[in-house]
Amino acid sequence: MFNKIVTADEAVAGVQDGMTIMVGGFLGTGSPEVLMDALVRKGVKHLTVIGNDGGLAEGQPAGEFAGKTPRGIGKLLENHMVDHVIMSHVGVNPRLNEQFADGSLKYTLVPQGTLAEKIRAAAYGLGGVLTPVGLGTPMETDLDELGRKKDVMEIDGKKYLFERPLHADYSFIRASLADEFGNYMCSKATRNFNIVMAGASDHTVIAAEKLVPVGQEDPDIWQVAGVLVESVVEGEPAWQI
Amino acid sequence: MADLKARIAKRCAKHFEDGDFINLGIGLPTMVADYLPEDVIITCHSENGFAGIDILADQDTLDVNIINSGGQYVTALPRAKFFDTAESFGLVRGGHVKATVLGAMEVAENGDLANWIVPGKKVAGMGGAMDLCVGCPEVIITMLHTQKGAHKIKKECTLPLTAEKCVTDIITEMAVMKVTDEGIVVTELHPDYTKEEVQEATGVELIWSPDLKPYDET
Repeated sequence: MFNKIVTADEAVAGVQDGMTIMVGGFLGTGSPEVLMDALVRKGVKHLTVIGNDGGLAEGQPAGEFAGKTPRGIGKLLENHMVDHVIMSHVGVNPRLNEQFADGSLKYTLVPQGTLAEKIRAAAYGLGGVLTPVGLGTPMETDLDELGRKKDVMEIDGKKYLFERPLHADYSFIRASLADEFGNYMCSKATRNFNIVMAGASDHTVIAAEKLVPVGQEDPDIWQVAGVLVESVVEGEPAWQI
Repeated sequence: MADLKARIAKRCAKHFEDGDFINLGIGLPTMVADYLPEDVIITCHSENGFAGIDILADQDTLDVNIINSGGQYVTALPRAKFFDTAESFGLVRGGHVKATVLGAMEVAENGDLANWIVPGKKVAGMGGAMDLCVGCPEVIITMLHTQKGAHKIKKECTLPLTAEKCVTDIITEMAVMKVTDEGIVVTELHPDYTKEEVQEATGVELIWSPDLKPYDET
């Protein structure tokens, strides 16, 4: 019978060397830790990773509190599993600049709001987005994540940058609460990229802090439709400081 | 130096009106929140995910699901609204966040801003700065007037831009300025400095408002 519930290792079993993945989270808050741990166990290499930032490195303070282990995408960076990052911010986790410097990691910067819209365009069937953000800056002249030139379009006398959709093989998302069908909600500031990344990849995997049977909760609470989710993993731990 | 930064933050806080929805950047701009008048309702946008930042969390108020855009644990006001990144930046690009307060490496006479990258140095990325500078109707730069004597207010920016023609106001320890089509107009001068000293610390010909006032330090 139809069943989306898998273990973390089963959820990442299809991730191959060289694939593109997108991962929710903002400086580690809202990142799917059990899925990152499973990717590390699998030892997949040469990934392209889309996310807001590089999470946190080993021992790096989370806010004013010291983190004991790396967080989020930081786990993949710590294990040299990434060849290319597509992010809005690469300044916090020091592994990023270290790996840029030694030539093992390439980066493409995308303004935070534009990054969300490029991902949303991929999930929801748009050919791209027109944004005024980045005009007159390196965002206009730099090539995009796939080495394509960006077009400037004039619509009703106003200039916009045309930004293409950003699609991946896997979306890895953290949910605070989900049901077994994959409907989910993300609490407070853990929403960040965990909402738009659903459906923007061939496979959407959520790691739920709390998983409930279908029908237990009022359907009105769900922020994202379970129809976008292929796999549901239970046992995402509450954030430990 | 700390006193000068506090002066700038305090002056910037007077800029806002009852009901304003604003975004405060990291560093000096964050200090503006400490001086917002208590008799007005100002709502601060945290671009990582909500409107209505209150104060830094302590052990009693800590909620691990609430951070600000600098990764610090904070608390949310009762009127707070949480949202995802797309909604957050929709509010920004749509012009619904009235003002953003940011620091700068360079500001040009026409309002061009450079504050996100120095080529050849460690890369940080723009985060949400480009979106905020394009989307917010008011872009307020709070900064020390010079970089150890080197001009930061210039004819043209030499560093890569954050956004074109976006800066509306500049608040330094020396003066309060508006960016206009005619050039940079000084509206308030701090009594510790002469007009000549401020001009010397600036890389463009300043315009002195006919209504020039002393720097509001009340």
